[in-house]
Amino acid sequence: MRDYGNFLKSNSGIFAVLAAGLVLAFVLGSAFHLNLLTIAILWMVLSLSWNLVSGYAALVSFGHAVFFGLGAYAIVLLQLKFQLSPWLGLPLATLLGAGAGMLIGVITLRLSGVYFALAMLCYPMALIYLFEYLGLQEVTVPMHREEPLWFMQFQDQRSYAFLALGLLGLALVLCKAVEQSRFGLWLRAIKQNEPAALALGVRCFRWKLLALTLSGGLGAAAGALYAEVVLVVTPTSVFGMVVSAQALVLTLFGGLGTMWGPVIGAVLLVPLAELLKHELGAELPGINGVIFGAIVVATVLLAPRGIFWRVREALGWKTANDPFSKPGDSATAYASQWVPEQGARTDPAESNVPLLRVEGLKRSFGGVTAADNVSFEVRQGEILGVIGPNGAGKTTLMNLINGYIAADAGSVSLDGQGLLGKSVHEVARSGIGRTFQVARVFPDMTLFGNVAVGALAGPSSGDWRAATWRALDLVGLRSRADVLGGQATARDLRLMELARAASQRPKLILVDECLAGLSSDDVEEMVAALLRLRDAGTTIMIIEHTMHAMLRLADRFLVLDHGCVIAEGEPRSVMQLPQVLEAYLGRRFAEGLAHA
Amino acid sequence: MTGISWDEVSFTLELLAQAIVSGILIGGVYALMSVGLGLIFGLMRVINFAQPDFMMLGMYAAFFAIAAVGGMAFAGPVVTTLLGALVAAAVVGLLGWGVHRALLSHVLSEKQGGQDAQVMMTLGISLLLQNGGRMVFGADPLTIRTPLSSQAWSWDFLLINQGKAMAFAVAIVLTIGLQLFMSRTLTGKSMRAAADNPEAAVYMGVNVGRVHRIGFGLGIAMTAAAGALIATSTPFQPYIGLDFLILMYASVVLGGLGSITGAFWGGMTIGLLQQVSTVFLPIQLQNMVVFVAFLLIVLVRPQGLFGRVSERI
Repeated sequence: MRDYGNFLKSNSGIFAVLAAGLVLAFVLGSAFHLNLLTIAILWMVLSLSWNLVSGYAALVSFGHAVFFGLGAYAIVLLQLKFQLSPWLGLPLATLLGAGAGMLIGVITLRLSGVYFALAMLCYPMALIYLFEYLGLQEVTVPMHREEPLWFMQFQDQRSYAFLALGLLGLALVLCKAVEQSRFGLWLRAIKQNEPAALALGVRCFRWKLLALTLSGGLGAAAGALYAEVVLVVTPTSVFGMVVSAQALVLTLFGGLGTMWGPVIGAVLLVPLAELLKHELGAELPGINGVIFGAIVVATVLLAPRGIFWRVREALGWKTANDPFSKPGDSATAYASQWVPEQGARTDPAESNVPLLRVEGLKRSFGGVTAADNVSFEVRQGEILGVIGPNGAGKTTLMNLINGYIAADAGSVSLDGQGLLGKSVHEVARSGIGRTFQVARVFPDMTLFGNVAVGALAGPSSGDWRAATWRALDLVGLRSRADVLGGQATARDLRLMELARAASQRPKLILVDECLAGLSSDDVEEMVAALLRLRDAGTTIMIIEHTMHAMLRLADRFLVLDHGCVIAEGEPRSVMQLPQVLEAYLGRRFAEGLAHA
Repeated sequence: MTGISWDEVSFTLELLAQAIVSGILIGGVYALMSVGLGLIFGLMRVINFAQPDFMMLGMYAAFFAIAAVGGMAFAGPVVTTLLGALVAAAVVGLLGWGVHRALLSHVLSEKQGGQDAQVMMTLGISLLLQNGGRMVFGADPLTIRTPLSSQAWSWDFLLINQGKAMAFAVAIVLTIGLQLFMSRTLTGKSMRAAADNPEAAVYMGVNVGRVHRIGFGLGIAMTAAAGALIATSTPFQPYIGLDFLILMYASVVLGGLGSITGAFWGGMTIGLLQQVSTVFLPIQLQNMVVFVAFLLIVLVRPQGLFGRVSERI
């Protein structure tokens, strides 16, 4: 019985919304108000569908009407041409919407930002013209007086509200499941910093595609039920810009990226717009559109992420609304996870086993050769320092190994396994971690949450809390685990990135200038963290300009200039070589030094 | 091959030649409206969803201005059309300047929401203009009547509509005028500097905020003038903007986001594509061609045909 109570408690919000809907359906008497209630619920479902893609994953879509319209036309045409009951048509329309979502996703998800938004707009706009061309300007649901129930044609207007509430219940349960699941976490990670998510091995494309598929199904279901309620379907009424804008406006106003946003938005705005249209529509046609426009402008200025977040902020709930971002309960359970493992590290001088082997790597950008026949090895257990003047091609080298940039020629292998041609997330999964020149943080997650994304995306995500705490202890961030990423200091972000990469226990970590701009105390802390990481058995390849730190860290140096390897070997002797001095100080200075 | 006669082929070729001529004429006007959008994007990287709705306002501004002076009889169709386009540019351009100052300037920085906030804001402005237009102007379609639109020069089988030729000429003159402004005047030069690197422009003493406002107003003015020209051959109503939104973006993306000359050639190309497609496709699908073209362009060549990569995706 306790499980039953827990179930009620954890879903109390959903039950409250559904109960309120039921009460309204019984209290409202007039057909007009019942119809308004039903339509408001269906817009809510469409907005939840939009929110799945555009709120959680921040892929703003201007064309969600495409799913709504396909669902509406599907259910009506199936009924008209094949006498198929809407009870069967509704799931079929949902499947069609999901299929459309997947197909559109495969084509369109390669785009991002504004390109994605505008491309999404093209689908419903093109379908308006196509459906008009096909002679479907106006399609009416046929009456079936002989079997009204089988054809969803009820005497009592309440029945439609109940149906809509049923769909809303399913939609809310789906959204809640997404929010609580790892899938939801991947979407938030993609929204907040996609390159970082990729570098942790998150299959971003796949998760975005799943979001669009679910969203397409949900949007089509809303459209199908809408058609059964309004009985007449025209291309502009279901594919029109108003439909897409409705979903966007309701969610934006209520709150982006939370299931309560569409609920709040639809409860407040749909009745307002419909009543305005009903009362003033005759004298002032378009008044509801004007109000919507004004609301969007005001929302962007006053509460850019919507009412839900604004109210939370005003109430002082600063904590991240994220089940994976709360270290509180688990902090004591996972006291001090960091125990240096004896014998974890093989001495690179003794083993001499190559871990990463790069041969003949080439890449040019136009006339600039950023990597010119680069060959070197990273040995098991060592710290390899990569140095060279600005523009020598150091970061490009990391991007090539990582898969961010495609190589023109050459080969890269980790433990004998070829890496070139693999995508960023595949390289990450084969055991290479990465930190960035400018720290890439998930700003709305805590530092704990940031590292947890790494632990969860890693190869063994079983006990991800333990892995997260271990990584945080390794870099010394335990005490600041619940600071929001967006409010953390530069040093803590660098430490977090190191912990996030380490939480996956990669074979090799590529560290790109993690000391730049830090104070000397902070540098000490960072160096200590790097040494602990190495002692734990992780091999490190690091780019850095801070020479005194590099001399303490690196076992060997690799010197690059103009995309070429000009020296490699024991740090202090490498720094004496004439070609290295020349690259750093210029030819004349180096010659002067040699003569002196 | 038996079904196709020489007559049919030659008829199709004539249609094609005619479509190319109309494509170039209408393409010139598309080019002008896209240049306006391209200027705004290039200068401040604002994605302006409301651009075609400002164009709609330009149509009404020209309509009422020309009606107020008593129609085309005022100074002959050529001068009066030019006048209408200039009034549209001035009035709507000023409005654009004001909208930038009052609203858009508050969401430009990343901290204020960045690009998402800008797009949402311009979507709100678009809804306001469309539906406000519906309230003020009504839903009945209007056209700017000019005797030129029913006159044509004919050359063999080719017919060149004088109204469209006139619109084309005005569009070209305005585009050249904008180019000269950008390359010869101090304001134009500071605009180009601010577009290239806003931070460096500030250090060189350019008032970037002011330059952005002027640039936004100017871009809106160009598009509004194009609207005034289109209104002489096409009926318009408050929701006409949506038909042109994707068309404009297709032109600008095709020309390479951020490039003014690119936007010009992009607009020309889209005009040609749209007109030539009518030879091979049913007329109802003419507008669909633009959407399909846009999708193909962003998927296959997002850097545009004429420009360099100006946005990494």
